[in-house]
Amino acid sequence: MSEEQSFTLDGRRVPFQAGQTIMAAALAAGVYIPHLCFNREFAPHGSCRVCLVGVNGRMQAACTTPAAAGQTVESETGEIREIRRGILQMLFVEGNHVCPACEKSGACQLQAVAYYVGMLAPHYTHFYPRRPVDASHPEAVIDFNRCILCELCVRASRDVDGKNVFAVQGRGIEAHLVVNTPSGKLGATDFSIHDKAAQVCPTGAILTKHRGYEIPIGQRLYDRKPISVVGDVATLSESKGGRRHD
Amino acid sequence: MAEPDALIQTVHDIVQRHGGMPTRLLQILREAQDSLTWLSPETLDAVAGKLGVSPDKVRSVAEFYSFLYTAPRGSYDILFSDNITDRMLGNRELLHALCDRLGVGIGETRADGVVTVGTTSCTGMCDQGPAALVNGYALTRLDPPRLDRIVELVNGQIPLTQWPREFFEVVSNIRRADILLGRHFADGAALRAVLKRGPEAILEELVKSGLRGQGGAGFRSGAKWVSCRNAPGEVKYVVCNADEGEPGTFKDRVLMQDFADLVFEGMTLCGRVIGARQGFVYLRGEYRYLLDALKATLQRRREAGLLGAAILGDPTFNFDIDIHLGAGAYVCGEESALIESLEGKHGVPRIRPPFPTTHGYLNQPTVVNNVETFATAAKIAVEGGAWFANRGTAESKGTKLLSLSGDCKRPGIYEYPFGVTVRRVLDDCGARDAQGIQMAGPAGHMISAKQFDRRICFEDLATGGSFMVFDQSRDILDGIRNFTHFFVHESCGFCTPCRVGTSLMRDLVTKVHTGHGTRYDLEEMRKLGRIMRVACHCGLGQTAPNPVLDSLDQFPESWERRLRSTAFEPAFDLDAALEQARQLTGRSDPGAYLREEELMLGTMP
Amino acid sequence: MIESKLKIATCSLAGCFGCHMSLLDLDERLFELAERVELDRSPLTDIKELGECDLGLIEGGVCNAENVHVLMEFRARCKILVAIGACALNGGVPAMRNQYDLKDCLEESYLRGIGLVNPQIPNDPEIPLLLNQVHPLHEVVKIDYFLPGCPPSADAIWTFVNQLLSGQPLALPYTQIHYD
Ligand SMILES: Cc1cc2nc3c(=O)[nH]c(=O)nc-3n(C[C@H](O)[C@H](O)[C@H](O)COP(=O)(O)O)c2cc1C
Ligand code: SF4
Ligand code: SF4
Ligand code: SF4
Ligand code: FES
Ligand code: FES
Repeated sequence: MSEEQSFTLDGRRVPFQAGQTIMAAALAAGVYIPHLCFNREFAPHGSCRVCLVGVNGRMQAACTTPAAAGQTVESETGEIREIRRGILQMLFVEGNHVCPACEKSGACQLQAVAYYVGMLAPHYTHFYPRRPVDASHPEAVIDFNRCILCELCVRASRDVDGKNVFAVQGRGIEAHLVVNTPSGKLGATDFSIHDKAAQVCPTGAILTKHRGYEIPIGQRLYDRKPISVVGDVATLSESKGGRRHD
Repeated sequence: MAEPDALIQTVHDIVQRHGGMPTRLLQILREAQDSLTWLSPETLDAVAGKLGVSPDKVRSVAEFYSFLYTAPRGSYDILFSDNITDRMLGNRELLHALCDRLGVGIGETRADGVVTVGTTSCTGMCDQGPAALVNGYALTRLDPPRLDRIVELVNGQIPLTQWPREFFEVVSNIRRADILLGRHFADGAALRAVLKRGPEAILEELVKSGLRGQGGAGFRSGAKWVSCRNAPGEVKYVVCNADEGEPGTFKDRVLMQDFADLVFEGMTLCGRVIGARQGFVYLRGEYRYLLDALKATLQRRREAGLLGAAILGDPTFNFDIDIHLGAGAYVCGEESALIESLEGKHGVPRIRPPFPTTHGYLNQPTVVNNVETFATAAKIAVEGGAWFANRGTAESKGTKLLSLSGDCKRPGIYEYPFGVTVRRVLDDCGARDAQGIQMAGPAGHMISAKQFDRRICFEDLATGGSFMVFDQSRDILDGIRNFTHFFVHESCGFCTPCRVGTSLMRDLVTKVHTGHGTRYDLEEMRKLGRIMRVACHCGLGQTAPNPVLDSLDQFPESWERRLRSTAFEPAFDLDAALEQARQLTGRSDPGAYLREEELMLGTMP
Repeated sequence: MIESKLKIATCSLAGCFGCHMSLLDLDERLFELAERVELDRSPLTDIKELGECDLGLIEGGVCNAENVHVLMEFRARCKILVAIGACALNGGVPAMRNQYDLKDCLEESYLRGIGLVNPQIPNDPEIPLLLNQVHPLHEVVKIDYFLPGCPPSADAIWTFVNQLLSGQPLALPYTQIHYD
């Protein structure tokens, strides 16, 4: 066996294997680093920037930065928390997140990460973009107002389901999720709620129809314990309140 | 519009010409648009079908680049360069005048489909602006008489080929030459040197020379070439970054126009040194006017045995160069986004590491260097590392090309040994009355007169070459606001802090600039800027707040002048927000207004 | 020793009064609160004029001209101003109308609605004019503290008010932070 290597994360020793990222090593060691576009079943993406950590004093995304022996990694500092909070706030004002009217509320990763970083309010000026809701599919609905462009559905549909149902188009603040059909409607695709793409959305943008508000407030996934303890909704099995079909 | 069959045939021919290669997608779309004026859904589907790639890939490329149009455009597509230096030269007046005369709104296409007028980021003609592009070709030195002619030409639907040549004349304005621009270079000399002395010896010279990347980041070129040479992989590539998107920079344009042989020689040299057989020039779309001449130069070099198979008669020396045109995306100057674009994709920067030297074009080891870096490397191969290292400072050897524009008598290209002071440059270019410099473009640094004794070199003020002068008559905030718009337009949208942060920053700056801001907003700008600096995925977002943060430090009075004395001001115009309701109800009673004097605006106990 | 009571004012702008209901949910803790604070203008009192206050609690976002006036008056008279509830923080459900032009909203309600007699868009000066969009409070005035929830629970309000009154740093337990 190769000699075990390690770095320190907030003073704690974290072992890693060659090729692992800081995120993967931390996860394996049971240390939570907040994240949105990262899902351990997929290659890292590095777009949400919520997983920012200080690596030897330089800010880097934990999900894309290779672990190296002797690194000093900081995660839960006041400064980093503030930056993460700022990034979350940007995501909230960029879209339209009316949590009280969202079926995902209580089991939403975006919301849970925002709680975790202590976000009380969105702080910035709201964009109030006008985005559609697509209910054309018999089993699922897409509310583009809640999409944070993590591209997990894009990756899942393309790489796991082999259907390539989703894509991101446009540049800059115009970037937006689209459904790959001439009509742009989900109903015109072969998307199914059994697809991986239906399970990975960290927000309430992709929802299963006919089963909203099933769990009473107070008992939902993130109602009592933070995401650092509970885990990601997309990687927990359905029996544990998550969305992963086993 | 083309008939369906004609459209399919056009697309078919273009795709054929590009060998049906998906890596040529951007080039194919550019040419399809040239023929068909815009990229209709049918055109995109036809391209996808012929290339055998999924339609969404094609669409995402078409939607990414600002010179590709997925909605109809006029047969004459006029885009005014809207850099702050164009504005200093009065481009806004010209733009409005042209729109009035042509009867078209900014950013709109005239109802008869003949003409579209809009704006674009800096086109690299800052020393000969106000500038514009018409159907992708550079127009320089616009003035009212030229505008009059253009109105006639457009309304008369005169083909571009019959427009006066002088409208398209691009001059080089080389004002100061040193070892790069000043000394004669015999074509092929660097290639003979590498054949004679061997790649290792040339690499040694390059390392000894201390040459650092001239694109701005200053990575040591010798180390880059060594690392690529040593990287495992049979197939390697050389990429010349001629994207030159940083507003205020135009030195690469001059090199490509007047010294193309030297640049190609540097690339070929690099090919020999690292063991590559293929090179690419990624030429920004704005420099398309250079394309034919560059292709001719390549052909001449092939015929002279300086390019292609068996260079200088050596059967083991094979290297060729292909030119890719960009299509209006500053982010594609970032080396990994550039590689994505070269591969025919939209230009989102990759996760780094791995770096291009090990995983570049098609994931093979690739050297990406700036135009000036290649040109300089060719000279070093001939003259030796010591010759080069003689000039400059301890950490910044040799010389640097600066692109001077803005408020100075003699804008143009100046070559200086590294270490020259800002003051010296200002004296030379005839900038008498400067209050500040935007150094290295919007992504660089803004400095005030107090700092004019600073030196241009990596130890002090690093630069890719942009040097924009603001004299005392200017409002610095005009520049800052212009730059924040630039970054909103150019953000690729991949990562949160840049995609959202650039818009937030623009809005804050606009708020203060238009006299609606308070000290609170300045603090907000600082906080936002600090997040963007450290949190963004690539250099674009990381540097986007620089002009704001620098000017807050360097020109506090420019900001303070604009501030209201209140503690806080709303994020939007309250009274204007009632206008729609006033119209819908026809009300004009006092309650139908939110007049500032009647509000307890910004009052705090 | 007579300690002067802290003065608190509350109001509901573009909200549903849910947050005020939550305040009433403090139940018997209201007595304890009443010992320490005195209510100034609030839907719970009948005081119409806002006096100088130590603390202002506002639910609801800003949807019309009257909201703007009230909010600014609160800002001017309250030392500390707190935005309470989802609507105050991000516009909430009322801001869902921001998806449409005001014209469409008004025409849908007053011209095209079912069963309308004499359809017309109301233009009585007594009715506050609508802003073209609904905004959260912090886009109009400086807000000192935010308390999320739709509505925030009575427990959250209690924790918050207690920490504020006793000058402790604000730190809500995990279960008291939620956006819905
Ligand atoms: C947003 C952005 C734009 C860039 N644009 C250019 C460019 O136009 N030309 C250039 O040479 N380098 C540009 N760079 C730097 C390149 O990433 C890379 O460092 C450079 O091409 C390497 O060549 P050099 O070492 O010879 O300078 C840009 C970087 C960023 C982050
Ligand atoms: S997606 Fe999450 S954050 Fe957005 S509205 Fe739904 S619950 Fe709230
Ligand atoms: S729909 Fe969901 S999974 Fe897809 S990009 Fe948006 S937030 Fe991510
Ligand atoms: S910083 Fe992020 S959004 Fe901006 S250009 Fe770079 S990758 Fe794109
Ligand atoms: S989780 Fe690392 S950038 Fe999104
Ligand atoms: S009124 Fe309290 S959250 Fe809407």
